[in-house]
Amino acid sequence: MGNVLSILLSGEAGQGLKTLEEMLLESFVQSGYFVFSYEELMSRIRGGNNTTLIRVSDEKIDSFVDQIDILFALSKNALYRVKKRISASTFIIGDKDDIGEDNQEIPGNIKRLPINSIAEEMGGTIYKNSIVLGLISGIFNLDFTIMEKIIKKSFENKKEDIIKKNLLAFDAGYKLHSEIDMPIRIESRKNIDAKYLLNGTEAIGIGAIAGGCNFISAYPMSPATGVIQYLLSKNSDFDIVVEQAEDEIAAVNMMLGAWYAGARAMTATSGGGFALMGEGLSLAGCTETPAVFHLGQRPGPATGLPTRTEQGDINLALYSGHGEFPRIILAPGSLEEGIELMWKAFNLADKYQVPVIVLTDQFYLESTGNIKEIDFSAYKNKSYVVETDENYKRYILNDDGISPRGVPGSGKGFVCVDSDEHDESGRITEDFEIRKSMVDKRNIKIKKIKEEAIPPEIYGDPDYDVIVIGWGSSLGTIRAAISEIDNVKIAFAHYRQIYPVHSDTEKILNKAKKRIAIENNSTGQFASAIFSQTGISCEQKILKYNGMPFSKEEIIEKIKGDL
Amino acid sequence: MGTRFDMNENIDIAWCSGCGNFAIHKIIKESLEELDTDPQQVVFSSGIGQAGKMPQYINAHYFNGLHGRALPVATAIKTANPYLTVFAEGGDGDSYGEGGNHFIHTIRRNPDIVHLVHNNMIYGLTKGQGSPTTVKGQKTTFQPDGVYLEPFNPLAVAISLRASFVARVFSGDIDQAKEVFKRAVRHKGYALIDILHPCVSFNKVNTLKWFKENTYYIDEKHNPENAVEAFQKAMETEKLPLGIVYINNLETVLHQEYNAYKRSNEPLFKRAVDGNKLKKLLEKH
Repeated sequence: MGNVLSILLSGEAGQGLKTLEEMLLESFVQSGYFVFSYEELMSRIRGGNNTTLIRVSDEKIDSFVDQIDILFALSKNALYRVKKRISASTFIIGDKDDIGEDNQEIPGNIKRLPINSIAEEMGGTIYKNSIVLGLISGIFNLDFTIMEKIIKKSFENKKEDIIKKNLLAFDAGYKLHSEIDMPIRIESRKNIDAKYLLNGTEAIGIGAIAGGCNFISAYPMSPATGVIQYLLSKNSDFDIVVEQAEDEIAAVNMMLGAWYAGARAMTATSGGGFALMGEGLSLAGCTETPAVFHLGQRPGPATGLPTRTEQGDINLALYSGHGEFPRIILAPGSLEEGIELMWKAFNLADKYQVPVIVLTDQFYLESTGNIKEIDFSAYKNKSYVVETDENYKRYILNDDGISPRGVPGSGKGFVCVDSDEHDESGRITEDFEIRKSMVDKRNIKIKKIKEEAIPPEIYGDPDYDVIVIGWGSSLGTIRAAISEIDNVKIAFAHYRQIYPVHSDTEKILNKAKKRIAIENNSTGQFASAIFSQTGISCEQKILKYNGMPFSKEEIIEKIKGDL
Repeated sequence: MGTRFDMNENIDIAWCSGCGNFAIHKIIKESLEELDTDPQQVVFSSGIGQAGKMPQYINAHYFNGLHGRALPVATAIKTANPYLTVFAEGGDGDSYGEGGNHFIHTIRRNPDIVHLVHNNMIYGLTKGQGSPTTVKGQKTTFQPDGVYLEPFNPLAVAISLRASFVARVFSGDIDQAKEVFKRAVRHKGYALIDILHPCVSFNKVNTLKWFKENTYYIDEKHNPENAVEAFQKAMETEKLPLGIVYINNLETVLHQEYNAYKRSNEPLFKRAVDGNKLKKLLEKH
């Protein structure tokens, strides 16, 4: 493992932490480092306490940790919520007004620097961000020409005077670094190929575009709103219709109408919105209309914790929608997987004419990292739409249950779809024989879907005694934790397809003497889903449901405790 | 008259004998034929109920979806392929009750579709409950002491939202209904036709005879482009006015608002991702 340094910015809503985070990430990537960042926010517009973890490394990094090497206290009460994460080796940097005069109960190396007074000299507290940027540049000895460019770009829409003041603030911050005696052992690389910075939200958006998405109807809901916003920002380049629906019910029905007429459509929401889409999901099932749902999870029930993270909606994704029909559920764990799985979601939906649900969560969507070039030529799209003839029947019965899908206005036949039970031509029927054939026809599709399921990725000791099972967004953190456990033969099965699970699952899980499910929820929903699909149960579960993602340290500690 | 919209095979129609839907069936098919519309370019998006079954009996494309949800589906169909002639169709419960929110916001969106609402002022398929348009005091299976809710006024709501075309017809006058229907199809933008018709099984108040006695034709003096005049017409409930109540000629329809249609009118199913732009997508990150 390479050298890593973890910086925590702790401040309040409205002070521009996001801008500081973006400038810092850009600086590190352009300077040849690998980064990972995650922001945790309170559901408010001003005040409170928000923190951003930024990890810098000389190797690819994608895990969340408790450890803080440098903590910037940028507002009053900045230390209170993160106290437990401070150790004797933590550098705590901030103005005396923000840190406080007396912090005897807090370990660590406290450095009180005149950040606030310098900011006041520049014109206000908003300049704190550029001071901190300068200070960190000093600690890492980052190249000034790179930094100047980043500052100018970040404030390009501001007045000349404001850019100048930010550069001055940066300089003042830079000079303060001599106060921090902290050797940096992370080596930057001249030319790193991982030069593209993106977060999970953007990965989902890019994957959708790669999958040919040209229509999104959605209602804003945290943490999924960013995906809609991303596609909106690209609507002109890629001719994407973006419609803000009046509610999630309209959103899902628009998506289905769009697919029916030949678009490649999606919707994006969180659990509460997805619950409203349940009837529409079932409509997709009955009419065999393809559908792509991006379900960005947040803690429930009901409104829950709107800005926080949880993996609590497997059951919702798996069981929503009345009646019986097949579906596919995917869950990316890395930025690359987000792009790949969204692309795949559109093609699977089109091929099998079933709803595909892509499960992410706030942790996934709001974590940033840098990735290498993606070879998009590998992401080919196949349209499964056929041109109809005079005798076209939308639901013609055949062996695999997949009836060729035509669209209105292309061919000589009529495309008739029905939410009532229907015959081969799509007309309503109450014939018992036909009803049974249609149920069987829809259900049989799961056979081929399962044959094409994505296998879990296995990390760690191939000759394992203990297997840890995780899914989706926990990939980076569990993988990092496993690599630091060496007193037992342990491996990690990372699932990207939740339903149906790959048929190797039995073999993989039965090989272990002990199975541990790690999930960011309170009941172990994926362990239950595995049990219902394979009959195999997990002896142990490590669960977290306070609204925060797992840290590497707590996974290590809990696994060791369980062994 | 025979039309290209007639079904070739014998069909088992699920409506009661004497149902107003038969007349509406005739109005739709004959008007489309008279407009020389190609059945291959016609799509019906319908809800659930006896009105929602209409597309089953027409030789055209259809998406018979969920109760109350015909409008969002129709909006998206028209958006995905602007060359299609798209109808949203359902009853009063479907369009004004279950789908009330979509009714409001579809008018605001102004897709170029025709919205056909079979308004028989009662719930038929669920057997006689009050609908949003049932008049106050009428006794029903669910309101045995009489309906105590103020009836929903679809025309007034539509006009207040500046709908682009608002009309009311009566299934008992096929010729007039056909004229209005044809105007609605030719009109650019969202067009509401509230179609009064009797439910022979569950509405013993608003019968064919009642409609004849309680409606009148809007005369030529009415200026449908005047919103205030139109609103006054819509508020008349003593005798219900029939004809085109309001026209608001809006400059653009929904799909023209999207960048996707600024350069080309090509339906979305004929488009593919621009590979070169996709390759460059990461460069901005």
